[in-house]
This record gives sequence, structure tokens and C-alpha cells, in this order.
Amino acid sequence: MSGSRPLPEPTPETQHFWDGTRVGELRLQRCNDCAHVYFPPRPFCPACASRSVSVFAASGRGHLDSYVISHRPHPAFDGHYAIALVVLEEGPRMMSNIVGCEQTPEALVLDMPLEVTFEPQNDSITLPLFRPAAVGNKP
Amino acid sequence: MTRYANQVAIVGAAETTELGVIPHMSQLQLHADAALNALADAALEPSDIDGVATAGESPTVVAHYLGITPNWVDGTAVGGCSFMIHVRHAVAALLTGQCRTVLITHGESGKSGIGRGRGRGSAASLQGQFEAPFGVAGPPTLFTLPVLRYMKRYGLTPEQLAMVAVVQRQWAGLNPRASKREPITVEDVLDSRMIAYPFHLLECCLVTDGGGALILTTADRVDDFPQPPVYVWGTGESVETPMVSQMEDLTSSRAFAVAGPRAMSDAGIRHGDVDHLMIYDAFAHLPIYGLEDLGFCGRGEAGAFIEEGHTAPGGSLPLNTNGGGLSYMHSGMYGMYALQESVRQLRGTAPAQVDGAEVSVCLGVGGMFGASGCIVMGNQPKS
Ligand SMILES: [Zn+2]
Repeated sequence: MSGSRPLPEPTPETQHFWDGTRVGELRLQRCNDCAHVYFPPRPFCPACASRSVSVFAASGRGHLDSYVISHRPHPAFDGHYAIALVVLEEGPRMMSNIVGCEQTPEALVLDMPLEVTFEPQNDSITLPLFRPAAVGNKP
Repeated sequence: MTRYANQVAIVGAAETTELGVIPHMSQLQLHADAALNALADAALEPSDIDGVATAGESPTVVAHYLGITPNWVDGTAVGGCSFMIHVRHAVAALLTGQCRTVLITHGESGKSGIGRGRGRGSAASLQGQFEAPFGVAGPPTLFTLPVLRYMKRYGLTPEQLAMVAVVQRQWAGLNPRASKREPITVEDVLDSRMIAYPFHLLECCLVTDGGGALILTTADRVDDFPQPPVYVWGTGESVETPMVSQMEDLTSSRAFAVAGPRAMSDAGIRHGDVDHLMIYDAFAHLPIYGLEDLGFCGRGEAGAFIEEGHTAPGGSLPLNTNGGGLSYMHSGMYGMYALQESVRQLRGTAPAQVDGAEVSVCLGVGGMFGASGCIVMGNQPKS
């Protein structure tokens, strides 16, 4: 990466997520009443509106759901780069980038297994990125 | 059939005097130019207007600039379909007597950037935290993200996606005001510069300047106006998510699927009743999603439907007959131009006129797949 990315500014509702990435955990939330697992963070369940929810560390495994490869220059990326949608093993979908992999349609195959990796940006923000999984996990 | 299918009409409609590149007008003046043209179209003065709706600028700014003292305003701003939603809200306001004559304006210096605020989502917003860090760079990298999943699930080919742009250019070729008119082939589309794989330049909307305005009133007054009325038969609106990464299904727009069928059921029409269709096409996959979410095609069938020519000039379901956002114009919030084309078709004044067009469906999208508004219009009161 050549330049800086626009970095997130955590809010009280999302602080646990960004605290998690800094220590190498991808934190999701689960409803204590209906067991729904969801993302992005919020202090209530989007399925049943219960305020009784828990934070837990996800497996970090998922698969490539969709992506585009941007051909326009971006200060934080060298050359063409993929913006990816990753579906996590626990269910939620999140946006990220795929590292350790050519940024080409041939290398980026839908449904390929991925695993999270963490890339510190500064003292407070670490971004969750994904790389091809070392050990296969089927979607 | 619902309570309002005969009761509200569009009696004034116009775009800005010029479309395309308009560096000599601010964004606010584009609103005003379109508004003055629509007022002339309806033979009204600004003082006749008592309701103002707009997006992109505040209704306060537009009303003051035009010298209007409204007793009803709507500043719903959910992206390019805001104007469809304004029509829906205007129906409710007119029928409850909150106002008598509504002006809806749009103006956008999308190309020239004259007098245009360039707001960005904050780093603390959900998009700022969970999408912006990953290199997203506007609609070409956001609106486009779902389509590879659609292509894998349904077998849509790159050639079929390209065909959307080819067919719309066929329509644009019939329209002297369209920005891009020269015919193109599937090969031209696939050979055009890659913007965000799998989208090529010709599968992305134009970036131009322009505006448009509509005037609505109750149907009992339509004889007071010089233009043939266009009746609002049905309306629908919905929102899904501000984050494309959080769409329920990457192969369907939930907002389309709520707003579109609601508008058609409010109007009391079936698919076979529709003579003319507009589906907001910021990128080439939107007409495919829209045809399926509206129920004109089964899941996975819209690409072939377009490829077979059903939406092209001479086809059974004329779609995006002005050339669409891909070839006619796209200032950023295109919905107003889709509505204008529906009105022209129902007045019988479109450059690429569909013979006997009596019923038009106009489906808008806004904020990527975040929001939708849909309007069903007819050139007669609904019987
Ligand atoms: Zn729950």
C-alpha cells in the first residue's frame, strides 16, 4: 500500500469491533434471544430488536461473495485493486480487500475460501483484510 | 384500485433549456431554469405554486430563489429516486388539501460542478467505518459490486450485460437531445476502457449537467392547463440499506421489490397493461435487476429478455426510450429525467414516441441500491 486509506472513526456502538481488530479478533454480535448473528455493530438485534446481545470473536473464515476490480487510481493502492464482499462463516457479509492474491478475475474466483488477516493503520485502527485460506473451508 | 388513481395529475413538465455541459449555470440556477420552463409549460407563475419539493438543494433554498411562499415542503433526499418519492408525497399532500399546486425541482451541475456542494460521508458513519477504508471510490465501485454474484448465480454473460448499453444507444439514436447518439456494438462496449471489472466505460452512466421540474395538482383542475394531463395512477417507495455490502440479496434490490409492485398494485394494473417502462440505469445491470424485481421477467431471465430485443425500438416492452442514464444524460440524480420521459411518452411528444403509449411505469433507484421510488402514470384517468 502506497498511501493512506480513509480511516474509520469508531463510535460508542462500534468501538468493540475496532478494539477487536487491534488485538487480532474479528468481533461479531449475536442476539441472546433469537441467536441471530449480525454486522455491522449495533447494541440491539436487527432481527428481533432485543437489546440483549453479546459480542464474540468470529472464526475469521469466509468466502468471496462478489467484487469489482477498480481500474481508477487510488492513493492507498498500487495499480488495479479489488473491492470485495466477503461472507463470513457465521453469516454476515462485509466489505474488505483481498491480499496475498493477484488482483485479477482469474485469481479472484467467486466462492473461494478466505481467512481474515489484520493490517494495522496506526495506533488505534487496524483493518480486517482477507487472504486466500491456507486450509480449505467450503462455503 | 385505490383511492387516488384518478385524482392527481402532472400538468407541467420540463427539463432545463440545455442538457449536457452547462458551465455557465450554477446548480441552483439549473433548478430554477427547469422550474421556470415547467411553469411556462403549465401556464403558471411562481406565485401559483404553494408546495415545493426538491433534493440536492434544500426546498428552502429553491423556494426562496423562485420567490415562492409554500405551505408544504418536502426535502426527502435519498438519492436519484427522490423525485419519484416527491411525486408520491405530493399525491398525499394534494389529496389532503395541504396544498393545491406542487412544484418538484431538480438541478445538478454534475459535470461542471458549478455551485455544487461536495459532501462526503463522515468517517464515523457506518459507510465511513465499514466501506470507505477498503478503496471504494464512488458509484463505479459500489453500485457495481453485486453483479458478479448475479452473473454466477444466473449465468448472465458479459455480452448480455453489454447489450443493455447497446439497446439504450439504439433509443438514444432516435433522440436529438441525447448526449451519445452514434450506434455501438457489443464489441464496442467490451472494448471500451475497464472502469471497475466487470464494468466497462460504456456500461457506466454519463456525467452531465441538467435539470427538470414537474408540476402536480388535483385532477379536478386539469382543464385549467394547456398540456394534456398525465395522471398519477400508483406510487411506491422504500429504502433498504445505505451500504451495498449489507444488501439482503446481491441479485435483487429489496427497495425495487417493495416500491415497484406497490405502485403497480395501487394503480390496479398488471404487467400486460404497461406500454412503456423506465428503469433508472446508472449502470448496465440496473435494468436487469429492475425488470426482475418489478416482475416483468423471472429471476435470471432479464439479460436474455433484453438480448432478444424485447426492450429495443420495435420491441414489446419499450424500456428507457430516451436513451437512459447510459446514453441520454446523467447528472448524478437521474430520476427526474426518467419521469420527464414518461410524461413525454404519455403526452405523445417523445422524440422516440411509442405508438399508443397509455400507461408508463417509472422505477427509480437512489444512493446505490439504498432507496427506490416507483410511479405509474396514465394519459387518461384510471377507469
Ligand atoms: Zn434477536
